[in-house]
Amino acid sequence: MNSITTLLKKNLKQSSMVIALVLITLLFQVLTDGTLLKPLNITNLILQNSYILILAVGMVLVIITGHIDLSVGSVAAFIGAISAILMINMQMNPVLAVIICLAAGALIGAWQGFWVAYVGIPAFIVTLAGMLLFRGLTLVVLQGQSIAPYPESFQKLSNGFLPDLFGGTDIHIFSIVIGVAVSLILIGLEINGRNNQLRYNFEVGSKGLFYAKLVAIFAVVNTFTYVLATYRGLPNILVILFVIIVAYTFVMKKTIIGRHVYAVGGNLKAASLSGVQTKKVTFGVFVNMGVLAALSGLIFAARLNAATPRAGNLFELDAIAAVFIGGASAYGGVGTVVGAVIGGLVMGVMNNGMSILGLGIDWQQAIKGLVLLAAVAFDIINKKKS
Amino acid sequence: MKSESIILEMKSITKEFPGVKALDNVNLKVVEAEIHAICGENGAGKSTLMKVLSGVYPYGTYEGDILFKEQLCEFKDIKQSEDLGIVIIHQELALIPELSIAENIFLGNEQAKKGVINWNETVSKARDLLNKVGLQESPNTLIKDIGVGKQQLVEIAKALSKNVKLLILDEPTAALNENDSENLLNLLMELRSQGMTSIIISHKLNEIKKVANSVTIIRDGQSIETIDTADITEDRIINGMVGRSLTNRYPERQPNIGETFFEVKNWSTFHPVQNERQIVKDVNLHIKKGEIVGIAGLMGSGRTELAMSIFGKSYGKKTTGEVYKDGKPLNLTNVTKAINEGIAYVSEDRKEYGLILMNDIKENISLASLNKIANNHVINDNKEYVVAEEYRTKMNIKTPSVTQKVGNLSGGNQQKVVLSKWMFSEPDLLILDEPTRGIDVGAKFEIYTIMNELASQGKGILVISSELPEIIGMCDRVYVMSEGEITGEVKKADATQEVLMKYMTNSRG
Ligand SMILES: Nc1ncnc2c1ncn2[C@@H]1O[C@H](COP(=O)(O)OP(=O)(O)OP(=O)(O)O)[C@@H](O)[C@H]1O
Ligand SMILES: [Mg+2]
Repeated sequence: MNSITTLLKKNLKQSSMVIALVLITLLFQVLTDGTLLKPLNITNLILQNSYILILAVGMVLVIITGHIDLSVGSVAAFIGAISAILMINMQMNPVLAVIICLAAGALIGAWQGFWVAYVGIPAFIVTLAGMLLFRGLTLVVLQGQSIAPYPESFQKLSNGFLPDLFGGTDIHIFSIVIGVAVSLILIGLEINGRNNQLRYNFEVGSKGLFYAKLVAIFAVVNTFTYVLATYRGLPNILVILFVIIVAYTFVMKKTIIGRHVYAVGGNLKAASLSGVQTKKVTFGVFVNMGVLAALSGLIFAARLNAATPRAGNLFELDAIAAVFIGGASAYGGVGTVVGAVIGGLVMGVMNNGMSILGLGIDWQQAIKGLVLLAAVAFDIINKKKS
Repeated sequence: MKSESIILEMKSITKEFPGVKALDNVNLKVVEAEIHAICGENGAGKSTLMKVLSGVYPYGTYEGDILFKEQLCEFKDIKQSEDLGIVIIHQELALIPELSIAENIFLGNEQAKKGVINWNETVSKARDLLNKVGLQESPNTLIKDIGVGKQQLVEIAKALSKNVKLLILDEPTAALNENDSENLLNLLMELRSQGMTSIIISHKLNEIKKVANSVTIIRDGQSIETIDTADITEDRIINGMVGRSLTNRYPERQPNIGETFFEVKNWSTFHPVQNERQIVKDVNLHIKKGEIVGIAGLMGSGRTELAMSIFGKSYGKKTTGEVYKDGKPLNLTNVTKAINEGIAYVSEDRKEYGLILMNDIKENISLASLNKIANNHVINDNKEYVVAEEYRTKMNIKTPSVTQKVGNLSGGNQQKVVLSKWMFSEPDLLILDEPTRGIDVGAKFEIYTIMNELASQGKGILVISSELPEIIGMCDRVYVMSEGEITGEVKKADATQEVLMKYMTNSRG
């Protein structure tokens, strides 16, 4: 018991986020009479929120370095527009078009990163300019009109599901297999980590607790994939999301690059005197944001099956809110990828739940605003106490 | 003899932070109109005690009683203690660089009627206060345009404006040169003769001996003893602080000096903004293997700028000159290259330039040498932990764990973390800029020992220091800088305070 409370305290920020997510989910599950967690709705939830989650992953890096990016919504729209020109007007091969679009995103990120990192203009201003610039360019490219429809293969990016290699009929067997495999890999990593710590003679938590954690991991992952398998299996987009979240968590937690990103946000001068190439890091973070914004724009366009001038409107605010709900600091140096994703899910579940309840967009906005404030206030008050 | 009146009494003060008992039943009695010094090793709890006294840590977060003028005090915040005339000047100055002297003095205490500031009164009152502290500057000068010594005087003027009865100074002279320190201490003595009481925390024992009427010693969060004027000697204080006597201030060393391995030739650099101002002028210097070389000079003589411009062009514009290591020319265009060439620079300003305060000890120690604990860019957390533990023991960093945030450490222990970081980078040339600023005598000895050890391994050490005894005690050879030029080179045998001072104040030609 004792070790559970210390464990919780140690990860208070992270665990309080998870608890908040679980509570909000349960609340809406009850309010919606169980509609929220129906397989169909969970699938929808993932599809609806994927582009915000991807933006949030990029945004948390930007915010950790002490900057902000207001332009991501416009960039997503602009890339969506370009993709429509390429694929619909010019009939380009979708794979090639996607690659070109991601490269364009990187270029846009490099453009903004140049002004922030090398010229020293505050990111707030650079990306505010970018927000106007790329929204304007979107309108120019689309000539104020929507363009549709996309080729079928491109739509699959957002609306497709993994094929069932095992030919299940009522249930998607391949998805279940993937669930089992992923949970086993996670368990293997946990055991490996613990053994490593033991090898260095570090204190580790009690054995019982550790096994409980392993069982929990196995149960959660497999329940999730099972529920999805009873509908149409794993959406393609979930696979992309999973890969992105795992890759970025790894980079930020375990690699030198990640450390350098945190160091730049923690104390720019000290980082630079320690041999961190602060300008390159800042530049790189913006390039990365550009690529992810482009990906987000593509996914959104594929889901709508159209490029529209208003696409991506207010995405930047949802992404920023997700990052702060997820425990990042507005002063830089603090934040996690997983936190940002959980923050994004909190917002997503609320959006979805309130929509099912038939609450109007007006009230949804107001309530989301209050939740953002409450989450951050809770975090800060908690910090003061300790 | 008239019985002395006690102005302040702190009784059995206990203060705990998560995992640390910073103060454990501390008692302190201060007599009216005296200068009362508090001494103790780094992390002993001196700053914490003063923060309790001034309401930074409000009533209820500590145990024990505070009696000020025989009145029980339960301060909820700093404002309440200031209302009674208790004013603290913190270890880190708290002035706003972009505001003027007058604005800073009356910050939070604006001279205003109905919310409208009376600038004439502000400026004229500020002028009176500046006269009192003996600072000849216009009240309209911006804080960023005056040096630290003068800033310290502004802090005191600010305190005086609040009708101070008890002034607390936490290491006020740590960043000051000898002249400025002397000024400040004289001012304190003068204010004492006018009836003001002050508490001063300092690691400079000679100063304490000079000004203090009594000294309270704190060791590991406990008050050990209070020594009165007649008995104050440096040895006595040290004895109380570390619990044993320290016979030598500088560790024994048999220099084993090899050949020249590091050379700087015709080195010049200009101010980064004021393009015409040359900060370092045509400097030539060399360092031999196993040699400890000092750079003496007044504040503003260009020592830090010289070091930083060599260290991967971290300072200055239009930098010219050559650097050779082992006879080969180096092109040190950024810090990474400098580190890779085996150069390390320990900054004088640990908070601004040395540490990431919100990160923990182990992350700070590893930051400059992540390659050493990584495989293919992937960091081995366990290895990092082990390395940090190693340095915690070796450098005697006082902390419950290396996962502690560096921002929560005492000043001296923060300095040890910065040193650990650069030792872990295993440099061939270690440049130390004011390495013992704010460090207690015991820890100074430890740092000197480490310097000697590195030298005996054949590394070169370049020390910038404003404390001449330290330069004289430690260095095999000393360069003296004045106004950006090297004005003298002195061998250990010839190095005396007088000789160094002469070069420090005379510019060449
Ligand atoms: N906010 C805090 N959280 C946790 N521990 C703290 C905090 N502030 C101080 N400490 C711990 O309390 C102890 C006393 O610190 P304090 O700053 O009072 O030392 P000090 O005597 O002023 O040392 P120095 O001479 O180095 O300035 C140290 O061990 C320090 O790590
Ligand atoms: Mg202190």
